[in-house]
Amino acid sequence: MPQASIAIRREPAVQYLLRLGDTCLILGQRVAEWCGHGPILEEDIALTNMALDLIGQARALLTRAGQADGQGHDEDQLAFLRDERDYFNPTLVELPRGDFAFTMVRNAMAATLLKHVWERLASSSDAELAAIAGKAVKEARYHQQHAADWVARLGDGTAESRRRTQAALATLWRYVPELFAPDAVDEAAQAAGLGPRWADLREAWMADMAQILAAADLAVPQESAFRSTGRQGVHSEHMGYILAEMQHLQRSYPGGAW
Amino acid sequence: MAEALAPPAAQSARMERAWQVLDDVMDPEVPAVSLRDLGIVRDVRLCEEALGKVLEVVLTPTYSGCPATEVIEADVLAAITAAGLGPARVTLQRAPAWTTDWITAQGRERLRAYGIAPPGPVAAGAEVPLRFVPRAALAPAPECPHCGSPRTERLSAFGSTACKALYRCLACREPFEHFKPL
Repeated sequence: MPQASIAIRREPAVQYLLRLGDTCLILGQRVAEWCGHGPILEEDIALTNMALDLIGQARALLTRAGQADGQGHDEDQLAFLRDERDYFNPTLVELPRGDFAFTMVRNAMAATLLKHVWERLASSSDAELAAIAGKAVKEARYHQQHAADWVARLGDGTAESRRRTQAALATLWRYVPELFAPDAVDEAAQAAGLGPRWADLREAWMADMAQILAAADLAVPQESAFRSTGRQGVHSEHMGYILAEMQHLQRSYPGGAW
Repeated sequence: MAEALAPPAAQSARMERAWQVLDDVMDPEVPAVSLRDLGIVRDVRLCEEALGKVLEVVLTPTYSGCPATEVIEADVLAAITAAGLGPARVTLQRAPAWTTDWITAQGRERLRAYGIAPPGPVAAGAEVPLRFVPRAALAPAPECPHCGSPRTERLSAFGSTACKALYRCLACREPFEHFKPL
């Protein structure tokens, strides 16, 4: 008998924790896809190390979300047994990994966001969340610097690397407005002292990205009218495939462990 | 740089013995240094429970996703139990976050002898600005653990584990790992 899905309560605090936890989980999965495929050995190792940090952060956050949800679900059940619409990561992190330039531009964007989220969460009213953030922010700084170095090197590199980096930036930038779209979940988190509204991090994020893109000799793209909606649980066509890959084992062999 | 944490003076013999046992439990990834050297053993205490006093060892994980964490927990329990100090349990404590500043002087010396350049002090203040190459002038490179030369260069910010970076020495030409400040 395949394992049935679990449902979560759509409480703002649960959804807020899952947004962050799912961002780390899905990005970690995407980055881990480079294992064995990195352009050079050192980079293969670096990418898998960063994926490991992200999965570790996701594990802590999903554990916390499970406690907030109060239905006795642990981090593995939350990672592998939810339906697509109960994942709340922004669409940005679920897009296929693309080429190396795409991965590095996305990593720079995501690590910059996560760094600012973690910095603010260090003073969360939730002591456990603050403790998770105190550790994760240090990891996010290394991730951001690493990706930023590559974006600068690729953007200001050969004609080919520049072309690819520019194309990646143009595609990925369409998913930026979603990151900072205000909504009731963020409002409730802010009011409860749980964490920041992501909308309030936009300015700091833009400042970092402007610095990275300047080092890469790339222009900051115009904001598009397109609005992705992953943070509301409504995902791109890519989400189902990555979940199928992640969930297959636990669905076919419920509770399987090794 | 931290001194090795130790129990307060008014300790029980069982706790004192437990600290000694933990001196010999090595990190599974870097077996040259003990868990106390690394500063991840934060406390040892006795808890009164229905079945008697349980020895509680408080550990702080190094990295969020460090795969060695579970092995370390099991190693600690096995060592404490083998020394006849059980029943015992391990508690993970996230805050305050582990920092390489907690690695002891002895731990740093052992890292160096093992061929891993120990971390420098963690930059004061939380804000670490983004910086771009050339960074040689900005951050002093670690000394080569083989020949001691300061003429080294970074090959990659990530090494065989998340806590290390890859370097090479420009003097003796040997590659080496550097335990990153965190």
